[in-house]
Amino acid sequence: MTAIAEATRTRPRRVRSVSPMSRTGAFAVMALFAVYTLVPVWWLLVTATKNKGYLFTTSPLWFSHFDLWGNIRDVFAQEDGVFGRWMLNSLIYCVGGATVSTVLSAMAGYALAKFSFRGRELAFNIILGAVLVPAVMFALPLYLMFSEIHLVNTYWSVLLPSIVSPFGVYLSRVYAAASVPDELLEAGRIDGASEGRIFWRVAMPIMAPALVTVFLYQFVAIWNNYLLPVLMLNSDTLQPVTVGLANWRQRLTEGIPYNITITGAFLSVFPLVVAFLLLQRFWRSGLAAGSVK
Amino acid sequence: MAITAAPADRLARPPAGSPPPRGTGRRRTRSALLFLAPFGLVFVTMMVAPIGYALYQSFFRVERSGLGLAAPTNAFAGAANYLAALRDSEFMASFGRVLLIGVVQVPLMLGIALLLALLLDARFAAFKRTFRMIYFLPYALPGVIAAIMWSFLYQPSISPFTAAFKHFGLDVDFLSGDLVLGSIGNMMTWGYTGFNMLIIYSALQAIPGELTEAAGLDGCGWWRIVWHVKIPAVRPALILTAVFSIIGTAQLYNDPEILHQVAPTVSSSYTPIMAAQQSAAINNYNYAATQSIILAVLTFVLSFGFLKLTQRKGAQT
Repeated sequence: MTAIAEATRTRPRRVRSVSPMSRTGAFAVMALFAVYTLVPVWWLLVTATKNKGYLFTTSPLWFSHFDLWGNIRDVFAQEDGVFGRWMLNSLIYCVGGATVSTVLSAMAGYALAKFSFRGRELAFNIILGAVLVPAVMFALPLYLMFSEIHLVNTYWSVLLPSIVSPFGVYLSRVYAAASVPDELLEAGRIDGASEGRIFWRVAMPIMAPALVTVFLYQFVAIWNNYLLPVLMLNSDTLQPVTVGLANWRQRLTEGIPYNITITGAFLSVFPLVVAFLLLQRFWRSGLAAGSVK
Repeated sequence: MAITAAPADRLARPPAGSPPPRGTGRRRTRSALLFLAPFGLVFVTMMVAPIGYALYQSFFRVERSGLGLAAPTNAFAGAANYLAALRDSEFMASFGRVLLIGVVQVPLMLGIALLLALLLDARFAAFKRTFRMIYFLPYALPGVIAAIMWSFLYQPSISPFTAAFKHFGLDVDFLSGDLVLGSIGNMMTWGYTGFNMLIIYSALQAIPGELTEAAGLDGCGWWRIVWHVKIPAVRPALILTAVFSIIGTAQLYNDPEILHQVAPTVSSSYTPIMAAQQSAAINNYNYAATQSIILAVLTFVLSFGFLKLTQRKGAQT
């Protein structure tokens, strides 16, 4: 994220010039990998717009018989509009999980950066150790535990594990240590503000732009976590869009048409791209705020 | 995210720049713990407890007596589950597969990521911003959705690639037993090269301009600057991406799981996590717990071992 803005910085020019041949060679390598990256996504885009009767008879990488709206209508009509429900579920899991997780991470990171107490380093090291263990590792043990206490197949079974983000705590601690001045907190204390008030009114606004990164990171992580919801949820009215679509993909042979799954996959990518674009503005301002210091 | 690149070398020590605040009264400690408590509570219940529960479960087995009329009882099994897992050839084979992918795909992917990052960082590159955005695009696609997309792209009846190869007289089935492991490796390379590239790239951007400039004035060509200045400077970022990739490969699930649904060559216990899930699906919870613990321990040993190994090597040079 930061790299995107960082990269816009111009670098000092070097003295030596480069031969046109290596320039061309470099461009060729970069272009080749760009094509490799783009072709599958291009295929998805093109195929999502094709009329279902012409999926296999027309050139796979070029538009033909445009019928995107028809396909979208089909996606939302399939199985009484369950697709809309899936999208809504995904949004609930991601927004709910990422919001709570960001607040918890900010509080914990702030405490670890701005207070000294016994066991602080130990707590931080344990959290750091947990960063190295991927979320997927916890999914199956969580499932075993949740089925013991009959929590499986509820919204909570996916939401609760989603609100913990050790990486978010790590980032929050780095940000809090770097950007929240001790003097400001001291001033607040002298003015008689409570610690909670100082956190919400002083520390949070300073950390806010950076916390967008924490939020986004967790949002993407939840949207991408497939194993957890696939284990926890049986009922398809609770499933996020990833699980639902994988299910449709599997039932191709049972008559879920190609165009529906492909267009559904195309549609499910949208919210994430929008989230990326919307939040990019905040990353920029976050960087600007950091550079003033 | 890219921001992890800069603090990579800080993993070992607490972030600098914040001297512990003065006046550590009891009131302060109490409010610090209050700030930590909500996260701590969720951390313990959602991360520590499940692992503890799985560990506990892995030492037990369900015993059904007689005709299964009486309620099954939990009996202590000692290391029996672990020994069974070690003798389970399917489970061991799943480790072999991820290991093979890890040994071949991870270096390949990181090599490409490093090359692209170096080219993007080079002064003579054109359309940098466009290329950077394109490379990062797969990361914006949810892993499962990308896997579904590739599953169509591999399916012989509709794959544009199969059709293209056929045009040249080649009959390629990406889902055949010989190729399917490579196909999965390709899905991972496609999905994560850009992400790794961005981490390495932001580390490259942090190299002081004077350093490369001085080397340039001394008559170093691009390659020598890359080899002697840039690559050593981004070592921490390379280690970070390697550790992330090792962890990612060990927990490989989405891609083979989606392919499993459409290709008979990908078994239901293709990777360790799939094997554990399979055990849970047939209600063998104790064995599923055992498999999860083995996988978690091995992943931790591998990534931590790699981190330690590279750190020691770095200290020597």
